[in-house]
Amino acid sequence: MAKLHVTTSVNGEPVEFLCEPYETMLDALRGQLGLTGSKEGCSSGDCGACSITLDDRLVCSCLMLAAEAEGHEIGTIEGMASGETLHPLQQKFLEHAALQCGICTSGMLVASAALLKKSPDPSEEEVRFWLAGNLCRCTGYDKIVRAVMETAAEMRQGIQEAAQ
Amino acid sequence: MNVVDNKWIGQRTIRPDGVDKVTGRAAFAADTTMPGMIWGKVLRSPHPHARIKSIDTAKAEALPGVKAVVTARDVVDFTIPKGAVMLGIQDMRWMCRNVLAREKALFPGHPIAAVAATTEAIAAEACKLIEVDYEVLPWAIEIDDALKADAPVLHEWHKFDGKPSNIMARIEVKKGDIAQGFKDAEVVIERSFTTRPVHQGYIEPHACLISVAADGKTTIWSSSQGQFMVRAMTSMLTGIPQSDIRAIPAEIGGGFGGKTIVYLEPLATLLAKKSGRPVKMVMTREEVMRATGPTSGSKSTVKIGARKDGTIVAAHGSFYLQAGAFPGSPIRGAVGCSFAPYDIPHVLSEGFDVCSNRSKVAAYRAPGAPIGAYAVECVLDELAEALKMDPLELRLKNAAKQGTKAAHGPVFPRIGYIETLEAAKTHPHYSAPLGKLQGRGVASGFWFNAGGESSAQLNITEDGNVVVTTGHPDIGGSRAGIANICAELLGIDYKRISVIIGDTQTIGFSNLTGGSRVLFASAMVVTQAADKVISTLRERAAKIWDIDPDAVKWENGAAHPASPNAGQFEPLTLADLAEKAPSQGGPIGASVQLNTQGAEGGFGTHICDVEVDADLGIVRVIRYTAVQDVGRAVHPSYVEGQLQGGVAQGIGWALNEEYIYNKDGKVDNPGFLDYRMPVCSDLPMLDTVLVEVPNPKHPQGIKGVGEVPLVPVMAAVANAVHNALGRRFYSLPMSPPKVSAELDAPVQLAAE
Repeated sequence: MAKLHVTTSVNGEPVEFLCEPYETMLDALRGQLGLTGSKEGCSSGDCGACSITLDDRLVCSCLMLAAEAEGHEIGTIEGMASGETLHPLQQKFLEHAALQCGICTSGMLVASAALLKKSPDPSEEEVRFWLAGNLCRCTGYDKIVRAVMETAAEMRQGIQEAAQ
Repeated sequence: MNVVDNKWIGQRTIRPDGVDKVTGRAAFAADTTMPGMIWGKVLRSPHPHARIKSIDTAKAEALPGVKAVVTARDVVDFTIPKGAVMLGIQDMRWMCRNVLAREKALFPGHPIAAVAATTEAIAAEACKLIEVDYEVLPWAIEIDDALKADAPVLHEWHKFDGKPSNIMARIEVKKGDIAQGFKDAEVVIERSFTTRPVHQGYIEPHACLISVAADGKTTIWSSSQGQFMVRAMTSMLTGIPQSDIRAIPAEIGGGFGGKTIVYLEPLATLLAKKSGRPVKMVMTREEVMRATGPTSGSKSTVKIGARKDGTIVAAHGSFYLQAGAFPGSPIRGAVGCSFAPYDIPHVLSEGFDVCSNRSKVAAYRAPGAPIGAYAVECVLDELAEALKMDPLELRLKNAAKQGTKAAHGPVFPRIGYIETLEAAKTHPHYSAPLGKLQGRGVASGFWFNAGGESSAQLNITEDGNVVVTTGHPDIGGSRAGIANICAELLGIDYKRISVIIGDTQTIGFSNLTGGSRVLFASAMVVTQAADKVISTLRERAAKIWDIDPDAVKWENGAAHPASPNAGQFEPLTLADLAEKAPSQGGPIGASVQLNTQGAEGGFGTHICDVEVDADLGIVRVIRYTAVQDVGRAVHPSYVEGQLQGGVAQGIGWALNEEYIYNKDGKVDNPGFLDYRMPVCSDLPMLDTVLVEVPNPKHPQGIKGVGEVPLVPVMAAVANAVHNALGRRFYSLPMSPPKVSAELDAPVQLAAE
């Protein structure tokens, strides 16, 4: 079968690639696009290590076909920081030691950023249920939840100050 | 002890590898490629137990795109009659048969052959073309089945009590005379327990990328808990000398003990050698669940006798642990650790290593100890109830302390177990009110902790900064601890220190990241290397000032003239001395290699609150506090993280995690959907209390902290469930179906 030609955008940059019809978005990202920040932990949508955004919607890239990226905007962990400036969540994860081995961290950050975009003032319960699709075996989630809550508070404060 | 006025030890610094890990740049095992790379896949046994009569790979080899096929014939055979060939705790006779089945396939998922091809799809297709003639044999999965008189025997050559048996070994530790001890007892509790095998559950599947040049020079890129273990095992299984194998440690996405042995590396090496191409292999989650790890399932009986005043006089434990397909379950941990927190005059603790047709167990966080502690700490809870004593008081009354001789041998030096009990007792959690269907449990735990071989190289860069290299993969933040220690010793900002994990050909031998040993051992070698470097720096300053080196002190990152020359010269900073190095004796650096000693055991005490949903049978942990004697918290955040992570794993083990086998002897839940590890919404915040009783045998007072936190958890949860329901569960997991059945039982009886 001939390969499919896909025109899309990844982290704000125009991208074209060829893929097999059965190829997942995760394979395309990690393979020919060289973006290995998204991880494969299960390939069944249960661990969230491959979390990306598709037009701002949080998805598991292992459950999405690469061909489905056509005409859409893909966001990955590699697009989260702006140059040398980390996203507030990235900074807070470092300060809180909200990672140990780091294999789930990309997915956790992408998912957390998607949450804060949707819900800037989440309750602990909301954070816990939103992140229930992102497995972490190292941390027991405590420091991750704290980092997300604190980032949310600081980002709200920042918005308030900017408005004043 | 140099810990009184610490500037960096105890600080919550940003970890050296942190930015790479929050930006997706960190390279894990599956994140690398090489020019000309091809893909390897494994053909696995569909049978739990089968004799391999023949393997025909001709059709697979003929498939276009296939570059190499290997079977057990390509692996170095460590024959059984020649006896054990040990590498650490692993017998290479079993390792060579585990990486590729030789005489028999011993579990579903057991590797039979491996193929390398230009694409993953072709490699997978080729696996299907390999023809294996199996003689299917009867099998046994559970311990009781493997122990039956007519049980199929996995290793026919082995005899126990003069008969072919699946009991591969028995060990015991003993103190006093339990017969005498139980005569003195006024209250005796004896109970039996079972636990299920559970997987380490690391999120990163095993993966490697290996190239073998025409001259045999081999480069291994893989994630493991020890690049030196990878090199040694690959060398032994392929015949390539260690000097030709450069094993590079990729960032590791979790291990918990499960990455202390090899699975893929020998296969990829052989495939790369045969094909002349770099070979990449990545396991699927299903392969990880079927063929790697887990830790043992168990059945145990524990009997404890006490006087009415709560003095424990005798204890007897017998622990049967599943080894899986090959001998080597962690009976030593179960037998040695279970009673170690208590000063008991008469102890007998026995362990039995039982083979059955499931994957070979691998280490899992304090291997064996949580299994033993589950049984012992639940019996202690019943004993406290029978004696009408507070369970922490009972433990305090019998707690091991400095001078106590443990049943497994050592006499404890200054330890902090009592401090953990006292901290738990006075913690607000212990006296907080409980609601309906809520309960509270406590439990303690002990783990040996390990020392062993480590190496460090500390170099001063030409611009006056520091690169420190050690040989242990960093799983949970050990580089952050090393940076803090280095900064403290050299008196410079931790940001000026680059902490690197060396590969096997660039740093001296360093044993596994395991046994809670990494920061304990790394700190020892790094401290000695820093001392050597500081001594060189003082000599250089002395030479420049033309004074005696003893009259130079190193403070705040600079050499200062001390009495009688105090104040005579401007201090020389690290940067000054680095700049002058070429004219003053050359590069500044030191390397240290040690077999570290003095890793003392660790103790923890946990408090757990649960709430039981009586309709659904769901047990929810609603509050948890882990107290542990951590020696010295070099980086408190990562110490807390070890406690929290261990607790989360224990909660999974207690409440949900188990393999479910179907009638064909195969695992029916080899994925994260049905093998239910705790997710974020399953857990509350996990509180920690770090008790710091410094290890007197370590320059910074460090003790291992990583494994103890898993040991008490299942008992703490089980005791809490009992407190909530007034009923005890003697088998794990306390999953919703089991809890529902237990809650429904009397109702059904009443209806009948």
